[in-house]
Amino acid sequence: MQSEKEFLLRLAQLDATELTSEEQGRKDLLKRSTVTRALVMVNSSTSGMVAGAGQSMEAIKQYVADRSLDIELAETGSIGLSSEEPVVSVQLPGRTRIFFRRVSADKVSSILDDLFHQVVPGQGVIGQLRHEGQEAWADVPFLDEIPFFALQKRIVMGACGIIDPFSFGEYVANGGYSAFLKTIRSFTFNEVCELVEESGLRGRSGGGFPTGLKWKAAFKTPSDQKYLVCNAEESDPGAFMDRNLMEGNPFQLLEGISIAAYAIGSNRAYIYIRSEYRDAIRRIDNAIKELRAIGLLGDNILDSGYNLQISLRKGPGAFVCGEETALIASLEGRRGMPSSKPPYPSSSGYLGRPTVVNNVETLSNLPVIVRKGPKWFRGIGSEKCPGTKIFSVSGRVAMAGLVEVPMGCTFDTIVNDILGGAQKGRELKALHVGGPLGCMVPVELMNVPVSYENLKEKGLVMGSGGILVMDDKTCVVNTVRYFMEYVDKQSCGKCIPCREGTRRMAEILGSITRKPEDEEDHTSLERFKGVMQLESLAEVMKDTSLCGLGQNAPNPVMSTLKYFRNEYEEHIFKRKCPSNSCTELRSWFIDVDMCTGCSICAKRCPSEAIIGTARHPYFIVQEKCIGCGICYEVCKFSAVYYK
Amino acid sequence: MENHASRIEDILRRFPQIKRNALIPLLQAMQDEFGYISEEAVASIGSHLSLPTSKVYGLATFYNQFTFSPRGMYHVVLCNGTSCHMGGAGELLNEITKLLEIIDGETTRDGMFSLEVQSCIGACGQSPVMAVNGTYYSGIGVKEVRDIIKQYREDAE
Repeated sequence: MQSEKEFLLRLAQLDATELTSEEQGRKDLLKRSTVTRALVMVNSSTSGMVAGAGQSMEAIKQYVADRSLDIELAETGSIGLSSEEPVVSVQLPGRTRIFFRRVSADKVSSILDDLFHQVVPGQGVIGQLRHEGQEAWADVPFLDEIPFFALQKRIVMGACGIIDPFSFGEYVANGGYSAFLKTIRSFTFNEVCELVEESGLRGRSGGGFPTGLKWKAAFKTPSDQKYLVCNAEESDPGAFMDRNLMEGNPFQLLEGISIAAYAIGSNRAYIYIRSEYRDAIRRIDNAIKELRAIGLLGDNILDSGYNLQISLRKGPGAFVCGEETALIASLEGRRGMPSSKPPYPSSSGYLGRPTVVNNVETLSNLPVIVRKGPKWFRGIGSEKCPGTKIFSVSGRVAMAGLVEVPMGCTFDTIVNDILGGAQKGRELKALHVGGPLGCMVPVELMNVPVSYENLKEKGLVMGSGGILVMDDKTCVVNTVRYFMEYVDKQSCGKCIPCREGTRRMAEILGSITRKPEDEEDHTSLERFKGVMQLESLAEVMKDTSLCGLGQNAPNPVMSTLKYFRNEYEEHIFKRKCPSNSCTELRSWFIDVDMCTGCSICAKRCPSEAIIGTARHPYFIVQEKCIGCGICYEVCKFSAVYYK
Repeated sequence: MENHASRIEDILRRFPQIKRNALIPLLQAMQDEFGYISEEAVASIGSHLSLPTSKVYGLATFYNQFTFSPRGMYHVVLCNGTSCHMGGAGELLNEITKLLEIIDGETTRDGMFSLEVQSCIGACGQSPVMAVNGTYYSGIGVKEVRDIIKQYREDAE
């Protein structure tokens, strides 16, 4: 019997046909093609834990202990259905794995009771995983038949939520690490660069720069030391695809990093990860330890003469550190401020050495590209942008979650076909794509095929791929104001256009989304002047800011001015929010029947807008009201309402 | 205080290399150990790395992770990501600020509660999300927040 280590390494470099039958059996066990006892997998990634996966897991343990059953309880990542968490899957010996949604602690026993009696529970079934040689459950749809999965092409995210992120064996049994072994055994550094260039892979963090070119630049710069940095500082609010990749399949990322580091001839790699991503850190930490133990990291990897160390660096939290030069500054122990390019990091980066910074999703693409070849990869997606892109969709959408689609797919497919469109009874108004530096896409443009070029043509950006769905009850101007306030807070303060521009923009947007506190002529004039300057301010920021943060900060303003001018006008001229979500623009009224005339609202009103006599209904003078809502909060009889 | 100083020494000993790029990991180790960065910690990191205290403090204030007052008994984390904001996180924040009379990064005078606003917790499907000492509350409104805070207050007393 081979040792575990030898077996796994053999598995990683062999085709399935060359295995002995005993080895095949071990592989099937690792791959969970066969299970000897019932397997219960709980999504313990962040989205699951927030929804209560921890309690569900405890409940399962309790259930098993009460009945002294012999089952295997394992953790997994998220399959992407974020709004349906906690997702739990169960695989009985000989049967296919079946997935359940919203399995809270109280539902555990009824679901497990039914399943152990070979009955499909009536509620909460998502579907079953298609697998040859396993008996399927009757009347349960296969996952690949459900629109959510059927319309996706999961080449990067495919194993998330299916495999155990703590098990190296399972990753290898599913074909993992064969790409890295192939790379170090049969390619030179330059050949790997060329292979990736040929595949047409482009950086997934937003810029869309060809990965192969970036590598070549670093590879060709002579230096005693080169660095590869994995950018896992995913700080766009609303983007969680990188986190999901790290939590669901950390070994895939590490294999990608190993390939990239080899390609540029570097033996030192860093993962710069947000310190808030505790679950992802835990998984990657574990993965690095396992790889070291098995000899796939360290000195002289498998006698190839190639050394590689990967270390984890926790980012102390700054949005601007997603920019590569700022990230490098932060790694060096300085304030995370960007510097002007050139010199590009690929010639002078971390500690002045050539450094390649790649994003998690980009690196996670590499193992499959090396395994299946650049031609196969080029066959997916569009001509100029091969491959897939993961979008994280949240907001007012029927199902929030992660969607991986080929490039060239439309927003319409992503939001309407895959995720079921707007929430019940609501109407889709717009999509905000790309986080705080992204663009508002109106419904009319939802049929544009998504690729870097197409979007650029329309004046839009893809960003990191976060999509916020807005319906008729959300206010465009208010959302833009939120983004601007966020960027203002996150601006590093190095260059003036960004530091001052974002502050002024936030002020202007703030002034349109609330009622003026006094109605003197010059304040209205000032406010109006500000609004008229939004456009020119945006242009100055775009042209003169140092880094991508400042250059892209006006994107939300510019795109909404273009496509939602009427909403701005309503706010400015009528002082009314069409979707009624700007709290400070609401008009407040007192219900005559409910008001007891206690006078507390009149006493607390800061603008003396409430008049009346005690023990009779009070009245709000709309002209004086500043919309603060204090009357609403203090009223004990719920007599105050807004329209 | 003796204890505090010796714990700082222990942490410094874990970073024997006197290099600028050890600064952030050092500060993070302090933050993890004490829950905040004390004046003494800033000063001793400065002398350990031969950096002016002003530089250390300047760097620490740049990043969101570092706080300068001790954490409360209950650490409230509120997500104000895009999705949570749309779900009403702004109103929740107002409510918490009103109830506890603290803003982001502060601790109440009695040391019971501290507040941290995060840009995105990463659970956009369940917005708005709040966490108290690691226990998550999702899909909550103003009323629930009031109840939760009240519950913790009662528990403490």
